[in-house]
Amino acid sequence: MTPKRLFQSIAARQWVAWVPTAWLLVFFLVPFLVVLKISLSESAIAMPPYQPLLQWVDAGLAEIRLNFGNYLFLIDDPLYLASYGESVRIAAVATLVTLIIGYPMAHVIAMAPEPRRTLLLILVILPFWTSFLLRVYAWIAILKTNGLLNAVLLHAGLISEPLVILQTDLAVYLGIAYTYLPFMVLPLYAALSKLDRTLLEAAEDLGATPWVSFVTVTLPLTLPGIFAGSLLVFVPAIGEFVIPALLGGNDTLMIGKVLWNEFFANRDWPIASAVAIIMLCLIVGPLMWLNRLQSQADAT
Amino acid sequence: MTHTGNPDKRWLDPDASPFIEFRGVSKTYAGIPAVRDVNLAIYQSELFCLLGGSGSGKTTLLRMLAGFETPTEGSVWIDGVDVTHIPPYERPVNMMFQSYALFPHMTVFDNIAYGLKRDGVAKADIQSRVDELLALLRLKDFGRRKPDQLSGGQRQRVALARALAKRPKVLLLDEPLGALDKNLREDTQLELIKIQESLGITFIVVTHDQEEAMTLATRIGVMDEGYLVQTDEPHTIYEYPSSKYVADFIGDINLFECLVTEDADNASSLYSAEIDATLEPPMGLSAPANQVLWYAIRPEKMRLSREPVSASNVLSGVVHEIAYLGDFSVYWIDLDTGFRVRVSRPNISRMDHFAESWDERVYITWDPEAGVVLTQ
Repeated sequence: MTPKRLFQSIAARQWVAWVPTAWLLVFFLVPFLVVLKISLSESAIAMPPYQPLLQWVDAGLAEIRLNFGNYLFLIDDPLYLASYGESVRIAAVATLVTLIIGYPMAHVIAMAPEPRRTLLLILVILPFWTSFLLRVYAWIAILKTNGLLNAVLLHAGLISEPLVILQTDLAVYLGIAYTYLPFMVLPLYAALSKLDRTLLEAAEDLGATPWVSFVTVTLPLTLPGIFAGSLLVFVPAIGEFVIPALLGGNDTLMIGKVLWNEFFANRDWPIASAVAIIMLCLIVGPLMWLNRLQSQADAT
Repeated sequence: MTHTGNPDKRWLDPDASPFIEFRGVSKTYAGIPAVRDVNLAIYQSELFCLLGGSGSGKTTLLRMLAGFETPTEGSVWIDGVDVTHIPPYERPVNMMFQSYALFPHMTVFDNIAYGLKRDGVAKADIQSRVDELLALLRLKDFGRRKPDQLSGGQRQRVALARALAKRPKVLLLDEPLGALDKNLREDTQLELIKIQESLGITFIVVTHDQEEAMTLATRIGVMDEGYLVQTDEPHTIYEYPSSKYVADFIGDINLFECLVTEDADNASSLYSAEIDATLEPPMGLSAPANQVLWYAIRPEKMRLSREPVSASNVLSGVVHEIAYLGDFSVYWIDLDTGFRVRVSRPNISRMDHFAESWDERVYITWDPEAGVVLTQ
């Protein structure tokens, strides 16, 4: 390789590595810094509605004012702590629901013979081709008091009066589980299709019933897929806004809704930014912890 | 090394009841037959080898015994019980898988203990049983390791220990030594025989390696295209193959297509146009004249000489190629008809200056009883 070609190939490689880095810098890190900056400023009736951090006091003298009051306010007011707690609880329950629905689906797909397997995978991804908002509105039509579900159940004689599902937490769980199901199914499918079937035969041969061999072999060996799928559902579910706003009740307090209220209703950008920063820490914390667990598990 | 010294050859006793039986077993996959009408009886404490090429149906037969496949026709019996429709986890058999199929997320100890735990064996008993197996298979210091921290030979021994843990009535071994290198394989073969003899468990081994089958087996079942073509002791399979396929599959052999001829005294002999020679059949030949037969003779049963010899079976040809294989040499001799014959000779002395060499005319001869006549 000539020195020139060598230089070119190194340059090309660095260029390839720089594209995603630059992307993350411009579209993630910079906005994050802007939000961090706003969260440390004071709210004001102005355009934009906050005071700048850096102010020229005199000629040649600048003053940086960091206001941690927003964060202190969030800790002081039980409303915010409660809605963080609610967000985590609702996201956790919804993730569990998604896992319980998604695991059998992924299992059936992974065990299906080839032409049918591809078809089933396409069917899992297919809903993404329709507008997300449209699909959530469809759930309103299904779940509302005089909606499709109640009509069917009443007609079948299974219930005597309509069930109240819409505007409850149950509707939020259903909505999140429905929306994020593919994020759960795909990593589980990947883990299950990698599973060596002779291990299951070995378990059966040694006296394990199909259920016992599932619990002792399949489940532990697909744990990475369960982690990955649960994270992919749990993380966006914490900050979910549309689903609790449309399907949940007025008392469904999720942090996304609080954030929206602070930003648009109260026009208190600094508080809204502080809410967002804390939410981010809430998500990144467990994420990094899981990541470390995973790399430790890989190392042994 | 065959078990000819074994005092109880139960398969020779007409009153002995078989321990494992395949009765008219067939298996088809989407209309394609994998196993065809197999009838086979295996007796207690046998080390039975199923031998065949890939796709011969030997593994399918083994998997039907383990319960992973259900026969399309026929029934499978173990110890007098029809197990045809009994699931694998209720059968008194254990299998050692070709890939070993060790659970990667469990330690060696937990792998071996897996079957015992399923049976609800007490913890202290599991501990002592696993320790016993670890000692038997020289794995004492590896109990806490995971399978991916073991060598191929160690993994193979863990797989064997796991399959033996529940003291099964029958142990099934699918190509047990396939992944090991040659030296380790020979040691392990002897070890397997030792373990089998000391435990008295019936072993059924599937292999495509005829040498392995000859070493291990009390009896061999040769399979071809789903049929069980011959079931006999290793010695019998080698010396008296029942068909061209078996003769050709086990070891090397020269096959001459012959025609039965009769002379004026009604004594029949064989004439082969391929080698342009009349051959004396090994024993009394009872076949009608003009029937097509095959005469089979193993290379090591033929002798070479430079001088013409007067014997009943003599062929003449030119040395085409010699392969020195260390313990013996193989000669390929081109007969005058163009037919090529394979002759082998042990290298008794280190330097054989008088050995026949390339392009030399030689004579081949053998005793009449050394050959075998095959009808199919």
